[in-house]
Amino acid sequence: MSNSFKLVNARLASNERTSLTVESGVITSIGENSSGSMEEIDLKGKLLCPSFVDLHTHLREPGKEDAETVASGTRAAVRGGFGAIFAMPNTNPVADTAGVVEQVHSLGIEEGRCDVLPIGAVTRGQEGKQLAEILAMAHSRANVRVFSDDGHCVSDSLLMRRALEYVKIFDGVIAQHAQDPELTKDAQMNEGVISSRLGLKGWPAVAEEAIIARDVLLADHVGSRLHICHVSTEGSVEIVRWAKARGIQVTAEVTPHHLLLTDDLASTFNPIYKVNPPLRTERDVHALRDGVADGTIDIVATDHAPHPLEAKECEWPAAAFGMIGLESAFAIAYHSLVKSGSISLQTLIAAMTTKPAVIGGLSDRMSGLTVGAPACLAVIDLERTWTIDREKVESKSSNTPFHGFEVEGLVESVLYRGQWVMRDGVIRK
Amino acid sequence: MKFPRHLLSIGDLNQESALAVLDTAKELARISDGQIKKLPTLRGRTVVNLFFEDSTRTRISFETAAKRLSADVINFAAKGSSVSKGESLKDTALTLQAMGADAVVIRHHASGAPQRLADAGWIAGPVINAGDGTHEHPTQALLDAFTIRQHLKRDNANLDGLKIAIIGDILHSRVARSNIFLLSMLGASVTVIAPPTLLPVGIESWPCSVSFRLEDSIEEFDAIMTLRIQRERMEEAFFPSEREYSRYYGLNGDRLAQLKDGAIVLHPGPMNRGVEIDAKSADSVRSVIVDQVTNGVFIRMAVLYLLLSGTSINLSEEAKA
Repeated sequence: MSNSFKLVNARLASNERTSLTVESGVITSIGENSSGSMEEIDLKGKLLCPSFVDLHTHLREPGKEDAETVASGTRAAVRGGFGAIFAMPNTNPVADTAGVVEQVHSLGIEEGRCDVLPIGAVTRGQEGKQLAEILAMAHSRANVRVFSDDGHCVSDSLLMRRALEYVKIFDGVIAQHAQDPELTKDAQMNEGVISSRLGLKGWPAVAEEAIIARDVLLADHVGSRLHICHVSTEGSVEIVRWAKARGIQVTAEVTPHHLLLTDDLASTFNPIYKVNPPLRTERDVHALRDGVADGTIDIVATDHAPHPLEAKECEWPAAAFGMIGLESAFAIAYHSLVKSGSISLQTLIAAMTTKPAVIGGLSDRMSGLTVGAPACLAVIDLERTWTIDREKVESKSSNTPFHGFEVEGLVESVLYRGQWVMRDGVIRK
Repeated sequence: MKFPRHLLSIGDLNQESALAVLDTAKELARISDGQIKKLPTLRGRTVVNLFFEDSTRTRISFETAAKRLSADVINFAAKGSSVSKGESLKDTALTLQAMGADAVVIRHHASGAPQRLADAGWIAGPVINAGDGTHEHPTQALLDAFTIRQHLKRDNANLDGLKIAIIGDILHSRVARSNIFLLSMLGASVTVIAPPTLLPVGIESWPCSVSFRLEDSIEEFDAIMTLRIQRERMEEAFFPSEREYSRYYGLNGDRLAQLKDGAIVLHPGPMNRGVEIDAKSADSVRSVIVDQVTNGVFIRMAVLYLLLSGTSINLSEEAKA
């Protein structure tokens, strides 16, 4: 295929029909008819949008290559329509030095399917005791802008304050995994009527909300940017809403699974539903959707957390926390937010493209479909119904809670910097 | 009467099937009282006692029950779990299946492990929960209901009108969970009495009333069940000291004297004498703690019988044959 081509008969999220020209990996025109001899690709009215940006992925490499690698994780990303994924640092070794983040970054470049943007650890070894070499990671070739101890909370108030202050040097952001460790010792699932009945140790909403309340106040006090990972409770939404109204620089994400699934699924004792933060109640699900609708929650992020089969084929308390999510993210979010009537398709696309790019400091994806932007695009058939099948995933792991779900909206093709990394469902290489 | 495929939780039973267990146990007790100690019912069947957690008394009770029904018994004490990197539950289950286990009695430190065993397709036969984590212990509740009925009700009745108190660590007690749901299903009115730190969140939605104070209502109850309090709970700050717990929630001679005539005292064992129950109460005429142990065997025989034979055939006929 030549370097230049024109996508015609595309439908935008706004529902408007248009065509778009790609030359040398860049969008060179939108909506202009004169094309000369350029190859035309007819999208037949399918949705054309920027490829998605995931602010919260676990790639497991280095250290847990049996669960996922940069190669398999980026294939899963492409299958799900993603053009950039931020990789959490809870690898082995932890991504807490320039060396590790550069390794992950260069593995992403080698694969060449999407941007792989390492997130740096806030504290050394994610142990919550002393700051990692944040500035060295920021100045490395990986150009890290987002820092998180995800999987662990930065629970020490003073350390959290210092981290928030320190990332101001390069306009970075701290992405907090909000979980009071004392209130959630050995916790297994949402604390409530169901956990009590099942005799599984509860993970109370207050353990998330108390940390978010503290952190928005800290962010306010030091004037820093704070991002809240995987918000899961009604109370968290209310606190973030209050903080935004007060002008605090806080952003928040929600996962597709927290927008749809509830804690009663734990009654099966099947650890496929074990995730951190845990699935909450119907009331929380609705509060999260409302939070996305009014802009309290800025983005949808997957928290794609692959685990090998044996980590889930066991008794609940022994099982690992987490669900894979890259490949089903759009369909589940589309169902939970757009089909449910909470938000428009345009709002969802923004929550999965430009908004996470802005939070993560990914400058070339901040403006969406604009002339001069890299041609990182996804073609989605919104009318296409498909069944999520754990046997047919690109991820090395199959721990999806959505196996057998019939969903709408299939990502058909993905362009990455002008190259088709997936075309009609076939991933390149 | 349709009996469930497994006995994992009291939720598997309805009033009819729960009463069927009690009635079958009663019939088995009657037969055992006479000449016949051993029935041929489960001859040639293999029952595995799969114990991931030490519990000599429960294991022996199930073993005795299975042997009195002529089943072969294999005791499998599995120390490992996926946590300690021993053999996984799955591999243990596949091994038992390959060896031809007809039923598996499982005790596990993880809530829900019996249900995993039953649902994951690793084994074919019935699974009996002999206590899982802080979830359920259905045969204990059945033997408690049997003992209460034996002392306070006529034959074959349910527990309508009885007032029963369960005192102690409800939060961590599988015995309490199973009992609250079973006793209330059988018509009793159940009150749990504990400090708020030892009550689960959302207990208001359970079929029981809740009280924080033992002294307020002790004279109302027909049966009092005290639960074992574990020392580590004190270390985890659920209550300040054993002494304080014992003073406000323990059963002692003074409180025993306040009980109404005919009221009975139960304890699932093993007891911490001097903590949740003093020796005077444990050994008083009101105590039915030794009966609970005896009845445990009949209840487990009944459960094995109903799960493995699948029908309620006439036991007396079988004993004569």
